[in-house]
This record gives sequence, structure tokens and C-alpha cells, in this order.
Amino acid sequence: MRSLRRTMLFVPANNPNMMVNAVVFRPDAIIFDLEDAIALREKDSARDLLVEALKTVDYEGIEILVRVNPLYTPFGETDVRELVKAGLRNIRLPMTETKEDIEKLDALLWELEKENDIEPGSVKILGAIETAKGVINAPGIATASTRMVGISFGAEDFTRTIGAERSKGGQELFVARSQIVLAAAAAGIDAIDTVFADVEDIEGFRREVESAKALGFAGKSVIHPSQIPVVHDVFTPTMEEVEKALRVMQAIEDAEKRGLGVISLDGKMVDAPVVARAAKVVRLAKGAKIL
Amino acid sequence: MNNTVKNAIGREIPLFIEGIGKLKAFQGAYNNMPEGLKHGTKLTRAFKGGEKCLWDLKDSLKKCGIKDGMTLSFHHHFRNGDFLVNQVIDEVAKMGIKDITIFASSLQGVHKPLIEHIKNGVVTGIETSGIRGELGEAITKDHILKKPVIIRSHGGRPRAIAAGDSKIDIAFLAAPAADRYGNVNGVEGPTACGSMGYAMADAEYAEKVVVVTDYLVDYPATPVSIPQTLVDYVVKVEKIGDPTGIVSGATRITKNPLELMIAEEASKAVIASGLVKEGFSFQAGTGGPSLAVAHFLRKKMVQDGIKGSFAAGGTTGYLVDMLNEGLFKTLLDVQCFDLKAVESIKTNPNHVEMSADFYANPHNKGCVANQLDIMILSATEIDVDFNVNVITGSNGVIMGASGGHSDTAAGAKLSIVVAPLLRGRLPIIVDEVTTVITPGETIDAVVTERGVAVNPARKELEDQFRAAGLNVMSIEELKAMAEKLTGKPERINTSGEIVGLVEYRDGTIIDVIRRVVE
Repeated sequence: MRSLRRTMLFVPANNPNMMVNAVVFRPDAIIFDLEDAIALREKDSARDLLVEALKTVDYEGIEILVRVNPLYTPFGETDVRELVKAGLRNIRLPMTETKEDIEKLDALLWELEKENDIEPGSVKILGAIETAKGVINAPGIATASTRMVGISFGAEDFTRTIGAERSKGGQELFVARSQIVLAAAAAGIDAIDTVFADVEDIEGFRREVESAKALGFAGKSVIHPSQIPVVHDVFTPTMEEVEKALRVMQAIEDAEKRGLGVISLDGKMVDAPVVARAAKVVRLAKGAKIL
Repeated sequence: MNNTVKNAIGREIPLFIEGIGKLKAFQGAYNNMPEGLKHGTKLTRAFKGGEKCLWDLKDSLKKCGIKDGMTLSFHHHFRNGDFLVNQVIDEVAKMGIKDITIFASSLQGVHKPLIEHIKNGVVTGIETSGIRGELGEAITKDHILKKPVIIRSHGGRPRAIAAGDSKIDIAFLAAPAADRYGNVNGVEGPTACGSMGYAMADAEYAEKVVVVTDYLVDYPATPVSIPQTLVDYVVKVEKIGDPTGIVSGATRITKNPLELMIAEEASKAVIASGLVKEGFSFQAGTGGPSLAVAHFLRKKMVQDGIKGSFAAGGTTGYLVDMLNEGLFKTLLDVQCFDLKAVESIKTNPNHVEMSADFYANPHNKGCVANQLDIMILSATEIDVDFNVNVITGSNGVIMGASGGHSDTAAGAKLSIVVAPLLRGRLPIIVDEVTTVITPGETIDAVVTERGVAVNPARKELEDQFRAAGLNVMSIEELKAMAEKLTGKPERINTSGEIVGLVEYRDGTIIDVIRRVVE
């Protein structure tokens, strides 16, 4: 079953306490950060710490990603090499602007998988789009590799690249967010919305999560554990939606049993997008433990 | 070598200690019957008019007949802002007096100068609830005090005073406000600290009582917390304390997400027990997750329209808010932790000052701790027998305080320890705690961020927790989970020298603290 990525919690890779405890807040994914949260002189020690954490800590089935340093920095390639060797299977690549950025990482991963006897293609990529150029190239990025599981949007850098201020209303982000959702949807992968920096403003955060869900994002990057229950709450389907989805799933099962090619429910045809939507609702309901 | 005996929880206890006398080993939380009469002080009289005001501390020491070997008592309502202990002992030292026992309700970092007085033989004994800072280190590591420190709970202290186990020769009472005839209250003046609960037994049972204040008011000082009938002398000094070390503005609920999570789980556990109902009573210790439990219970109380009877113990602005919202009928307050609590105890008749005796003494005819439904406790360490340590740190050094921990655990219907499973790189659940303050038989459950463990003696509680969807596991499982992340901590290296005796609230010895060698 496709993973839920409602919440991806950023954890700085130089904080052992949080690296061990993040799991208790039950985000869908944890992103250990080696990039922005780590000062230049700490890049190596944070990487070493993370390697040990990946080998030691039981993350209880939570998806683990690492935001490595971009490959054009002196740290990026070593991050990828060391962490994949330590067991990392999901990489969040920051500052992705072109499909070539992904292809470069993709090539490195094929090489590493071979070197380390890892199943080919098993290391996945989530591309973080944070600039105007990246937004324009989103469709190419989303399909640049078979490893792609999602693309995410970073609003802080993006607003700077278009010369705008970030507003509470978020109109400056509207086109970019939609473009990313469309690119992800067309590629059949997840779109993950930007972080919300003001951890005190839970109401403002909730509004932003609601708008992300309405636009079609699969989830949100979060920077504080207190944001997790808010996202999970917003992404929890209503019982009505769940019941409808279950009926769709049941209709598919019945049709398969009877060997019917065309599925109908309440006299209407059930086509692929309806099935996909129903499957998503069921996933979300299970994630929210209401099913 | 002295004879020793294993007490009811398997700790090796000496039966005699030079300079202290015979000791009685802990026999179980409820098994020691008190005997004999209450300690009495000499009858006295006062004349018409009369003057209690003296020039200075030296004068008071002389008038009280200070001599070698005496016991002087102090309260800790000024916490780390206290000046009086140091002022008095400095004076005692200048007078050439030796062999003094300091009988304090607690000692703080500010009392570091006692180290020198101990080394010089001025101070040779300490009896207290806790010791923080360098003094604790000097006692545990350097063994500067030849006679072990006696650690008592807040209820055990008034018990020891009333029983005459500790005879106070002179009680020095730091008074935020006092009149010339010795009436004291804690709600006025620059060092206002609110409740004077911990000073009351001292005033009642000491041979001589000296009130020391920097805020003398017209007679009579009202309200009266400590009455003139108990006070021999009054001394006005320039300053008795530093207000910034005494109380903060208003205690806030923790913002630490892990502590909030523990508190929320604990509140679910408390609710699952069925005790949160009309007329219930509640106390929470200080420390991050403990107070936050009140925050989650408040939501439940508002939602279901439940009104509690009383909240007790040390009080904070948060409990004051709950009182003002009508969520509790009364606050029973032995110690105020912030200015909001001080203001409330001064103005709100439902916010009531209580003595430590009233609060927690197991050997009177009924203490508040016995009326508690729910007690939320913190812990430095908990072991697989549910014994709790709050006095020594992970390095074996005295750094905390016994406080009301064992008193409330023994008295409450439900006592729950809240603690993170890991503190830094150390597991909180261990095979054997370094020092036992509270015996496991009085602890019902431990709530951590990764699971809840119920004392096997409380099977029905375990069923209730499971039914409420709490992640219940055995304490051994919790310990294993922590050790998987941290490894097993090495044992602390100690010598045979005993530097501290931990007295259980009933006067028996529950554990000893040994010298730490590096």
C-alpha cells in the first residue's frame, strides 16, 4: 500500500535527544536535516551522528528521510554515500531546479546500490522545489526518475526568488503550489506542502493545512511536534466519505469476483480516478485510526 | 563496623550511627506505630507591655543562650533567595560557637557558604528535606560532614519535631512581615512568599523562637500566620532575602512537546481511574509534566462540568486560575511558588494556608495527604519495584529534595509518577534506584511518553487503563525499551562511608546515601 505522507517532521541531525524521541509524536515521516539546520562546521559530526542513529534506533515503521546537502556542495555526495550505506532508503534533495539535478542523484544511487549490494532502485527520492525555476520545471522533476515518490514545495526560498513577501493569505504562492500539485498528480506521486514557521500560531497553521488539502497536497512538512495532530486532524476523512469509499472498494471486489470489466455503483460507472480517490480515503481513514 | 539490617525493601541499614543514635529500619509504608508523648517546651510567661525587639542577630543568639552543640532551625520559603541561614551561621561562627546542627526544611544553592562552616567545625549536623548545588556535592563527594545528613519528607519533619526526635533549640524564622510583638505573615513586604507552612512546627516546638524581618509593621500584623504566643524575640535586619530568588511572576505550563505528551497520557490515566468526579481532590508536584497534567484535567473538568473539592501542596498561578474559575472549592497551600499564588492567598479566603503538619504528618490525627484522591509525582529514577528516587542524581550526588513525595504517595488514593523514559542519554527506569525516597508499594503507575506501567498490586487499574486505550506494558518492558536506546548505565562507585540517611515519613530509615568516589 502507498505510504501516507500527511506529516513529514523535520528533525535537526545534531540533536540526539530529538533524534531518539521524534518517533513518539507519530508523524508519518521524519526528515533528518543535514542541510539548513546544520552549521558548516557541524556538517561532518551531524552526518556521523545520523549514521549511528539509523543503525541503532528503531523508528517503528515511520518513514525516514534525510534532507542531504545539495550535490553541488562539498557535503552532498558524502551525505548520500554514508547514509545509504547505513540503511537510508529515502532522500529528500533540496533546491531541486531541473530534472538533471534528480538524474545526477539517480546515477549516484544506481552506483551505490551496486557497490553495497542493495536492491536496485530501492532508494527513493523526494525532490524539494524551492525556486521559481524549480516550479517551472516541476513536471520534468516529478518524472525524472523511477525513484521519485514525491515533490515538495519550499515557500521561504521561493518567495525570495520571485521577489515577493510571504503573506498570511498566501496569494503569492497560489500558482506555484498548484503547479506542484499538478506535476505530482500527473506523475502519480505525492505533493508535500511547505513548512509553516510560526509554531505558536496554531490557528493560522490549521488554515494553511486546510488550504493545502483543498489544493490537493498529500501532506505537509512540519517543524514542530505540536503541528502534527493539527495536520492529521485536517486530513482525517469524515465517516460519510469513509463509508462511500468502502462501498466503492466493495463494488470493485464484487466486480472482480464476478469477472466483470466494468464496475458500477448506484447505477453510475466507477472509473479509475474514483477508485484511486476511494483508496486514498481508506488509507487516510486507517492512518487516522478511524477504520 | 556497625551492625546492619536489611529493611523491608532490601536496603542495608545500620542500627546505630555515632552522633545520631539508634536507628529503626523501614518496615513497610504503613507498619510503624508511633509511641510515647509529644515533645514539650518549657512553660514561660510574659509581662505587661514587654519588648521583644532586639538589636541584631548576635544579640538574639546571646539572649537565646547559644552554645556549642545546639540545633538551629530554618524554613525554606525564600528558596534560593534566602539570606538568613548564612547570616545566622556567620554570626555563630564569629562568636566561636561550634558543633551546630542546621535543621532546615530545605537547603539551596545559595547556602554554599555552609561548606566552609562545616570544614571549620561550626556546623557538624544537617537535617533537611533536600540540598541543591555545591553543598550537596561537597557532602556526597568530599564527605565534609562526618555525621550523615538526615533527609526527611515534608511530613516527616513536623513528625520528627513533635516526636522529639529532633529538638530545636532556636528557631530562626525569616518573616516577610512581622510586628514588634512577633506576629508574622508571609503576604506583605518585599520578600512576600505567601504561605508560611513549613515554619509553623518550628515555632510551636522550638525552645526559643526568633523572628527576623526586614519589614516591621504596626501591631498587630494581620493576617497572623505565626502568632506572638510562640515568639520570644524579633530582630529587624536590613535585608532577609532576594525577592527574585523567592518567587517568579507566574508559573506557566511547559511548552516542551514531550512533557506535554506525557502529561496528556497521565491525564487520560487519571480519568480512566474514575476518580475525576464531583468533589475530587488533586495535587501535582512541581516540574514540567506534573503541572501540565492539571492543564489537561482542567479541560475535562470544564467540558463535563466537574467541580473538585481541593487542590493541595505547593501552589502556582495555574491552580489559582482553576480556583477562580470555580473548578476547585479550596486551595490548601503549604508553599507558594509564584507571585500570583502569593496575591491569591492574601486576598482569597478560599485559598487557605496550611502547616506542614496539617499537610503531611503521618503521626497526627489526620493530614491532608490522606484526603487526596489523585497525586501526580515526578521522579529522577524509578526502579522495577516502583521505588522512586528524587534526592540523588544519576551520579549519586545529593541534588534534589524529598519534599512531599513519599507523604502524598502514601496518602493519595491514586499516585502516578510522570517522567520521560530518557533524560538526556540516561534511562529513567532502572533495576534499582540509587536512593529510595518513596517505596514502590505506594506508587500505582508510571506514565512515560512511550508507555504506561502499572504496579502489579493494582490489577484493576491496569484493566481500566487498557480499556481507555492507554499503551500499558510491564515496567520491565519499559526499562528494556529505554536500555535499548541508551545501554545499561554503569553502577555508581561508592565507598562504604554513609553521608546521608533517608528517613521515611514515619521515622524509620528507608535508605542510606553513600559517599561517591570517582
